[in-house]
Amino acid sequence: MVTPIQVTVQELNLPLLAPMLIAIAGGLGILVIDLFKSNLDKSLYVMLSMIILFADLLAVAGITPNRGFFDLMLVDGVSIVSQFLVIVASMLFIPLALTSKRFHEFSYPEFFALFLFMVAGFQFMVSTDNLILIFVGIETASLALYTLIAMHNRSNSFEAAIKYFTMGALAAGFYAMGSAVIYATTGSIELWQIKEALSISSSTGSMVLAVTGGAVLLLVAFAFKLSLFPFHTWAPDVYEGASAPLAGYMSIVPKVAAFAVALRIFNIYIDLGVESVRTIILVLAVVTMTLANMMALVQEDVKRMLAYSSISHAGFVMAALALGTTKGNAGVFIYYALFMFTNLGAFTMLWISRHKKLMYSDRYDHPYEKFAGLIKIMPMGAVVMALFMLSLAGVPPFSVFWGKLFIMSAAVDAGYIKLAIIMGLNSAIAAYYYLKLVVYMFLKEPVFNTDTIYYNISKPLMVIVGIALVATVTSVFFFDVLLTYIYALVSASGF
Amino acid sequence: MSFILSILIFFPLIAGMLGFIVDKGSARVYGISIAAIEFLLSLWLWMNFDANSAAIQFIEFMPIVKDFGINYYVGVDGISLFLVVMTTLMTLIGMVSMTIKNEIKNMVVTILFLEMTMVGVFLALDAIVFYFFWELSLVPMLYIIGAWGGPLRVYASIKFFLYTFSGSLIMLVGMLFVAYKFHEITGVWSFAITDWYALKFDLNYQFWLFLAFFVGFAIKVPMFPFHTWLPYAHGQAPTIGSVILAAVLLKMGTYGFVRFSLPMFPDASVMMILPIAIISIIMIIYTAMVAYAQEDMKQVIAYSSVSHMGIIMLGIFAMNSQGISGSIFQMLSHGIVSGALFMLVGVIYDRTHTKIMSNFGGLATIMPKYALVFGIMLMASVGLPLTIGFVGEFLVLIGFYKVSPVLTILAGTSIIVGAIYMLALYKKSFFGAITNEENKKLKDLDSREIVSFIPLVAIVIWLGVYPKPVLTPIDNSVQAMLSFMKEKAITPEAKNMIVATQTAKEAK
Repeated sequence: MVTPIQVTVQELNLPLLAPMLIAIAGGLGILVIDLFKSNLDKSLYVMLSMIILFADLLAVAGITPNRGFFDLMLVDGVSIVSQFLVIVASMLFIPLALTSKRFHEFSYPEFFALFLFMVAGFQFMVSTDNLILIFVGIETASLALYTLIAMHNRSNSFEAAIKYFTMGALAAGFYAMGSAVIYATTGSIELWQIKEALSISSSTGSMVLAVTGGAVLLLVAFAFKLSLFPFHTWAPDVYEGASAPLAGYMSIVPKVAAFAVALRIFNIYIDLGVESVRTIILVLAVVTMTLANMMALVQEDVKRMLAYSSISHAGFVMAALALGTTKGNAGVFIYYALFMFTNLGAFTMLWISRHKKLMYSDRYDHPYEKFAGLIKIMPMGAVVMALFMLSLAGVPPFSVFWGKLFIMSAAVDAGYIKLAIIMGLNSAIAAYYYLKLVVYMFLKEPVFNTDTIYYNISKPLMVIVGIALVATVTSVFFFDVLLTYIYALVSASGF
Repeated sequence: MSFILSILIFFPLIAGMLGFIVDKGSARVYGISIAAIEFLLSLWLWMNFDANSAAIQFIEFMPIVKDFGINYYVGVDGISLFLVVMTTLMTLIGMVSMTIKNEIKNMVVTILFLEMTMVGVFLALDAIVFYFFWELSLVPMLYIIGAWGGPLRVYASIKFFLYTFSGSLIMLVGMLFVAYKFHEITGVWSFAITDWYALKFDLNYQFWLFLAFFVGFAIKVPMFPFHTWLPYAHGQAPTIGSVILAAVLLKMGTYGFVRFSLPMFPDASVMMILPIAIISIIMIIYTAMVAYAQEDMKQVIAYSSVSHMGIIMLGIFAMNSQGISGSIFQMLSHGIVSGALFMLVGVIYDRTHTKIMSNFGGLATIMPKYALVFGIMLMASVGLPLTIGFVGEFLVLIGFYKVSPVLTILAGTSIIVGAIYMLALYKKSFFGAITNEENKKLKDLDSREIVSFIPLVAIVIWLGVYPKPVLTPIDNSVQAMLSFMKEKAITPEAKNMIVATQTAKEAK
């Protein structure tokens, strides 16, 4: 006979769930509106999504860190920071649907509903320490994301979606296996209980293999999600197939969410001093940033170059995770908070220059030649794009520099001088391919005889680029605030 | 004018941004006016600078990232004061002499941005602010070389950027480590250089940190064997780019040694005297020989720059006040003289579109004024007494003589080999018969060129005859630094080697 559980509403602590509920209810609302009146303009859905995301943001801001909902939810500082990043990036993404040219996917309300479900999925993912709910969050978000990619309605978008889907399914398999091993060794799926169990048992000889094995399986799963070497091969093709803003979005939001979860899981091992896990992460990180940089050097398409560069940045941040210090862990989020604006800005610039057909090359939308001599055709556009590139290269005082500085400093503090030097050298290698675009834009003569390459420009897009640009250029003024805030939240969550 | 340093740093930036609005045809005059105002501001700074004090003056302090100890912290002392004045002067004269016609507005704006970063590097007292200007200076230079340069301009500009960028990232790791150590000892984060001076590292740390900073600075100087980017950059850069590169950007490296390496790691610096002296002498002799082998006038001067930077490096590591003051004086003199020489090559290039010496010959009869100015600058470059080049070189050699007479004699050959390649250049181009008929039609210096050269010639002779007004403030600050280093040094060798008492004035 099962004893009935007495739960009061108070104990459920529903405000913790409010942000996700707002997003889900909003998504459903959009679907319902479509039931009553179809053929509404995309601008309506964009604005509704913005309002819903804004409400979501307010709900997150109103949360005091706590546990709730049968102890399944854990909304701590890390969760709040990552939810903020997810929502802000989403708010920067959604207005990019308002292009001057018509793109197929944005005319469907389903696009926006799926998008909001995906946001809710990411929010679930980062707001729990229950391995099953994490899984549910990952899958909700990922399935929605696969569909969003496929909706771009081009042959290579389908290819991208299928590729991403199969790889994602494989990662989900690894995740399930890893969780099973962990459950077998510790008898729990709650991370805090796992930590307690591991701290007792991990030192005994026979357990070492099982503990490391579970960690490795999970690591493989997250390496897929974070596109770490050698599980990164899907990323460039998927980025190429997806529309530019979605590619930019994919380089930020799924990774922030995956990093938040990875932080929760692997921090246990690093805290307990399982050096093998730390070493694996470090090796993965170093190899990822180096090889992705090498690959980015030889790309002919700007979007593919940015895809490889995002992989390299993810490797850079992964190294911070391995340090196991509060500074390193906070660095993960600080880096992404700063990287977000620059990278989304860069992808938006590609989106602005997007033509419906392949104009400049048989294979690519954005070959380097397309941007040749841009300074003569569209001086403002060239300057803005160059600023984003310099920021990505880590030239001070632009935003990514501060992230790099902070993470390198964390590495030095933790005694990993060599790692910091490798990071420095990698930034130098990366500078080459970012500069390549700058060189094309500023120092070469135009290849194509056009008076504009900005077919797709519209006021909302310009506003988004403007926001990204201001955040990139003035980061020196708000880095202080950002640092204090994120550091306080992350350290309050015990990482 | 308590914010004079901030005005000096940010005035060119703001003016540069406003410059976008100025009409193309008037951009050059705008640039000259801004550079002139900036130069007057720097003169004002010099006038108000207390020459008898060795302390850092006009300090401004404003937190940027409080929790992480990054502050906007600027100040000026005898070491940096004249580098700032030289920077603003050379920017002004470079701007006046500029003959570029296409995209003139972009050029003016770029130079103004570059001026901000250069002044910022010399005034920064916070390592991150220093790094910030240091890295930012690469971008305008990349654009100047890449957009207005010769046929290989893109290759040259990227080589320049990547070389310096990689080196300075290693330096950044070094900076982060120093900040970490500072945090470990004091419990507070600080990137202020003056705070860092107080740190005493043991020998092992000093050695590795010295190396980390060395990589960043040595590439910029550029020291052998990292010098290969420089001939390319000079060879491809437009005249104004070469002038600023040679006059100011290279000095950032040697300034870095004086500002960071010596006071922070005195023992490691003393330990490294011999290796650095050997590299410097290789720079002096080897690149002088390479200079002699060049056929392109500009390449001769580019390699002679490397050779002269060797003298400067040698003086810095003499560890006594003659050597270091001499080095800083030599930085100024090399800035003015090599800047002027590059401008002179630019003059002939504008007229004939060639820089190859064999195309010239007998120029002295066609262009007497040009030949005169060239001759004066050439003598200053060689280090003829009573020119600006003599003072610095002489002090450096005296200073280093106390360290090692043998090495000093080797370094002293620089005057001889310098004379050989410079006089060979002069002979081939200016004397003898007029080999090329077309050259007979060449015009002598016009009034704009004369206006830009007269101040430089005046300075070359004035400071060559009477260097005291410049040398005294430099010497005060250097003395203070040396006595600080002597006190801070932990090994007995370093304490013996660092000489803080004798002054440069006595030596004269």
